[in-house]
Amino acid sequence: MGKIIPAKERLLKSEKNWMDGELRGKILVIICAVIMISATISITIFLGTKGLQSFIKNGVSLIEFLTSTQWNPTNKANPEYGAFPFIFGSFAVTFLSAIVAAPLGIGGAIFMTEIAPSWGRKILQPVVELLVGIPSVVYGFIGLTVLVPFVRGHVGGLGFSLLSGVIVLSIMILPTITTATDAMSALPKNLREGSYALGATRWQTIRKVLIPAALPSLLTAVVLGMARAFGEALAVQMVIGNVRDLPSNLLDASATLTTIITLNMGHTTYGSVENNTLWSMGLILLVMSFVFILLIRYLSSRRKM
Amino acid sequence: MKSKTADRIATGVFIAIAIIIITLLVGLFSFILVNGLKHVSFDFLTSPSSNVRAGGGIRDQLFNSFYVLFITMLIAIPLGLGGAIYMAEYAKPGKVTDIIRSCIEVLASLPSIVIGMFGLLVFVNTTGWGYTILGGALALTIINLPSIVRVGEDAIRSVPRDLKEASLALGITKWHTIKTVILPSAFPSILTGVILAAGRVFGEAAALLFTAGLSTPRLDYANWNPFSEQSPLNIFRPAETLAVHIWSVNTQGLIPDVEEVSSGSAAVLVISVLLFNLLARWIGSIITKKITATK
Amino acid sequence: MVTTYLEKESTEKTIHSTVQLQMENILKVNNLEIFYGEKRAVNGISMEIGKNSITALIGPSGCGKSTFLRSINRMNDLIPGARAQGEIIYEDLNILSEQINVVALRKEIGMVFQKPNPFPKSIFENITHALKFAGIKNKSKLDQIVEESLQKAALWDEVKDRLHTSALSLSGGQQQRLCIARTIAMKPTVMLLDEPSSALDPISNAKVEELIVDLKKDYSIIIVTHNMQQASRISDKTAFFLNGDLIEYDGTEKIFTNPSVKKTEEYISGRFG
Repeated sequence: MGKIIPAKERLLKSEKNWMDGELRGKILVIICAVIMISATISITIFLGTKGLQSFIKNGVSLIEFLTSTQWNPTNKANPEYGAFPFIFGSFAVTFLSAIVAAPLGIGGAIFMTEIAPSWGRKILQPVVELLVGIPSVVYGFIGLTVLVPFVRGHVGGLGFSLLSGVIVLSIMILPTITTATDAMSALPKNLREGSYALGATRWQTIRKVLIPAALPSLLTAVVLGMARAFGEALAVQMVIGNVRDLPSNLLDASATLTTIITLNMGHTTYGSVENNTLWSMGLILLVMSFVFILLIRYLSSRRKM
Repeated sequence: MKSKTADRIATGVFIAIAIIIITLLVGLFSFILVNGLKHVSFDFLTSPSSNVRAGGGIRDQLFNSFYVLFITMLIAIPLGLGGAIYMAEYAKPGKVTDIIRSCIEVLASLPSIVIGMFGLLVFVNTTGWGYTILGGALALTIINLPSIVRVGEDAIRSVPRDLKEASLALGITKWHTIKTVILPSAFPSILTGVILAAGRVFGEAAALLFTAGLSTPRLDYANWNPFSEQSPLNIFRPAETLAVHIWSVNTQGLIPDVEEVSSGSAAVLVISVLLFNLLARWIGSIITKKITATK
Repeated sequence: MVTTYLEKESTEKTIHSTVQLQMENILKVNNLEIFYGEKRAVNGISMEIGKNSITALIGPSGCGKSTFLRSINRMNDLIPGARAQGEIIYEDLNILSEQINVVALRKEIGMVFQKPNPFPKSIFENITHALKFAGIKNKSKLDQIVEESLQKAALWDEVKDRLHTSALSLSGGQQQRLCIARTIAMKPTVMLLDEPSSALDPISNAKVEELIVDLKKDYSIIIVTHNMQQASRISDKTAFFLNGDLIEYDGTEKIFTNPSVKKTEEYISGRFG
């Protein structure tokens, strides 16, 4: 029982017995963690520097880029780089689809937690999960073949429009917003019981007690949906028309930052000014992602009050 | 009573919302499957695609989708699990851990097109590889990493603490405990999570547009040498996946039977994702049964 | 490794054994303090644990007896923010020292936990798991050690025909004896038992107690228990803890029939705890 080997040799750390496998394992996982950090940092740095090329190297004016509505990068005599129509398009589809999807998503969440908790969850939850599972190109394809002709025929315009984009996005971000269900079910039971005990109806309880209590989480879910909408590329691109003019109403065709990038990255020359402006649009997308993250963090901190 | 009426109306509205959502899904699914399945035949699945003429199939695209997924998982799973093990077992609460969590959060929120652009910049241009399966897999790894880390971390943390303590108390090192006690225990949850993540990756297109490309070279399926240019297993070749194909036939618009090819492809895509989900659920329930049965 | 022994000034002196000890000591605790962050859980205790004997640690919940036990095999290292000051001398080394290889230490100081925690593997693999890690790979040697350990743990006859079935199919009492067997397989010197039978039914409890008494001829055992009757039945010496202090430590018979400290007497007679 160790009497043959003296205690000092058995029990003290030494070069020989110092947990060799242990060190190897620890280094392995630390490398993985480091890779994750470096991936994030390199994405930021690479996209940042490349995105700034058009301003720094090609002399495109930042203000013109952000505010001018004239987009004519191929005009040899007088190239114009006003990306505002696309910026506007991105924000417009994002906000509008959030407005459409939020009531539906939150309503669905409330349905699952308050109105029909037992079977509502069993049916609606898998339905929502299946909706998530549909790839975005398929949404785009259905939008193209079903929605666009429908809008053209029954509502007006070309069919390729802001409206079509908003409808497609609303359906796509609906599941994201419905994750608000978790927020609703996390509300303490005594909140409801207290309200019912005072004689309130279910709707009054929901409206006056539960929604205000869950508000930061509900807003977080909506913001998450908006972040998703802002970054969606292919589905929107297939139905929105992709014109470079600012839309004047919902039925006008439009474009977003993501759709312009998608369409033009392929046929512009790497290194050219036009190509560089696409990277600048990508930079805007990157920056907006950070903005959304900060917004969500802010909302989460409010929840902890 | 006014409030009672309001309550009834509200309940009606909520039920209507639920019905709308359900109808949406049923409608979408039936449209995809009814319209699409009639174009899916063995021929469709095994014929090469066509760029100009009608009658193209999706053989190469289907293979590419699975192969890109496979390579992606080959990279993302060890990386993600390593990160998960670090976060669950080695990370001490503090600045560094917060930074890692923020990085994961950032990676999870980046739009896939942005990651595609990064992939274009680094894996296509800077390396000089051009459009490759490897480039696409690396881009998809970045997209997938946050989910795998989260799934892994949750699974590892839910392994009961006394199992870990039992192993350590017997004089077994932490790393060996992780390898032989914790990971095997966490395996079912990790597997389920990975399969679900695979389902999501399978339908991804925006990130692959600029990394794996829009074309596939002529492939000789009998050639299994991964270094050969005509082998489908070569990871340094461009590879249009099924999802990308749907987009490109609708946008390039050269073939006359766009709708048929697209709806067939869409049906195959959606069914594949469905199968992944069902597989994950099925494995999850088998393993749960196995664990609770022995108790 | 042996640092200067510090005498602790205390208002309540710990009463040590008035009976002359014939047995050697296997562990010597000097002024041990254990902190969880800022909170002190064990307040400067000193005692000596006898070799080949059973020492019981008793006291109400939260008195520090489990914390103390876990410091002996450095399991408290797993808790972030836990730290220990003072000394625990084993084999002339202070095992609280940074220089100690805790993995090797735990091979010599084994622990059995309150809730049986067999690995979700076969009975056989539960025992060989740690053996293989320790370098024993020879199949016949493994078979031999498995049989020996299960015999010593009074479990062999019950499981010898199903060694390769899942350990989780055993009853609670059997699982705990399996945990004891796998600890024995490592051939430790000291065994730490943290309320080993509190999660078991009375019959299994009795079997485990019988087993523990039998084990003391080969191992030095420290057992934490809530069950005073158990302590009085099986232990040679008993230490009474209260609020992190060691109040009284003496031969078991003396503690239970004629304790020197009032608080001990109150606890024994059930006036609190």
